[in-house]
Amino acid sequence: MKQLLSLMAGLFILCGVAAASQEAPDALVKRVTDDVLTIVRADKDIQSGNSGKAIALVEAKVLPHFNFDRMTALAVGRDWRQASPEQKKRLAEEFKTLLVRTYSNALTSYRNQTVVYKPLRMKAGDTDVLVRTEIRQPGQQAVQLDYGLELQNSDWKVYDVVVAGISLVTNYRESFAQEIRSSGIDGLIASIAAKNKQIEAGRAEKK
Amino acid sequence: MKKTLVKSLLPFAAAAALSGGAFAGDNPKDPAEGFNRAMFAVNEALDTAIAKPLAKGYDHVAPLPVKAVVGNFFGNIADLMTGVNSLLQGKPGEAMNDWGRVLVNTTLGIGGAFDVASEMGLDKHHEDFGQTMGVWGVGEGAYLFWPVIGPRTVRDTAGFVVDSYADPVWYIGDVPLRNSLVGLRYVDQRAALLPTDRIIEEGALDKYSYIRDAYLQHRRNAVYDGYPPRQADDGDEADDR
Repeated sequence: MKQLLSLMAGLFILCGVAAASQEAPDALVKRVTDDVLTIVRADKDIQSGNSGKAIALVEAKVLPHFNFDRMTALAVGRDWRQASPEQKKRLAEEFKTLLVRTYSNALTSYRNQTVVYKPLRMKAGDTDVLVRTEIRQPGQQAVQLDYGLELQNSDWKVYDVVVAGISLVTNYRESFAQEIRSSGIDGLIASIAAKNKQIEAGRAEKK
Repeated sequence: MKKTLVKSLLPFAAAAALSGGAFAGDNPKDPAEGFNRAMFAVNEALDTAIAKPLAKGYDHVAPLPVKAVVGNFFGNIADLMTGVNSLLQGKPGEAMNDWGRVLVNTTLGIGGAFDVASEMGLDKHHEDFGQTMGVWGVGEGAYLFWPVIGPRTVRDTAGFVVDSYADPVWYIGDVPLRNSLVGLRYVDQRAALLPTDRIIEEGALDKYSYIRDAYLQHRRNAVYDGYPPRQADDGDEADDR
């Protein structure tokens, strides 16, 4: 009996440790942001607009915390249901390239602004939260930068990035829907792929 | 110069107007899409030929402190009207903050050249009459795209007209000085948008609709001061992944 009790006590302690090690969503956003900005501050190449380097940084540090399937589903909206698993996979892959580029381009315009983290409004048991931050610089109105996160297998994953009220994800909804109306899901995949190729080719030419 | 520019734009605009079917569009948020796309094409041409090169030149030539002073100077004038709009929106506390900024920056900040107020914890806001009408419950109306001034809904176009009437810079008696200031402000504002150019160019499948949808989201957010209610279609038809 005593043994059983100590075993149970041990289990409880283990559970407690496991629960504590699950990083809170705002803590996660802060850690990753600080990490990334420390690197950008020290990297003159990224500051002068080297997209390749910025993309590599985003892929290494930010990407693991993004849920691209969810992002793509949100961007596509209603039509997501009619896509086959194969189409969903290809669409998410191309959309990822597009979004990573947008995010990386935004990063190259970073110039020592300070990031302020707003208090998180979250109830116990919430699995979907909005982490609010603000990019501040003197002489200008602070730019709101919010991250939508959801709990997925005990990890928080970002599914939306909102800059000054503009969701980088849902901002595509109208143009995606239009593309699907005129040439179907495959047409949409093809046009995102073409856009990605065109920019890659432009970069290669510059080098 | 001007004439040739207009001439070179004409076929462009005409083609866009024809292809867009003038005022017809199937997007309920953008009933004037044909007209808008034509104006968008005109604006793109004007921007590429005039505004963007000027902004790039200014960005390149002016040292950082000069750009900061220019930005602060016009920002200080804008704060005056932001205060008026804060008050009209029923936010007297913010209006005091905004006018406090003007007071501090005009005196300690030497005529608005330096933003001392921000360092004192008086945060900068932006409120315009379009937002004020939004707070009063005036609907956005159709989305419109104007050459030179860019995207505005019908409500925000009216707001822009009121803002321009109330703009102190337009009341400067010395016409050459007034025009130089208006020009400099435009270039300064365009220069501030330069980093955004590449994000849009490389991110948008269709630049016109990307800008339209970003503008509409941004304005809605601004009317609700950063806390817009969730729209019914905001999620989650995407839930079955």
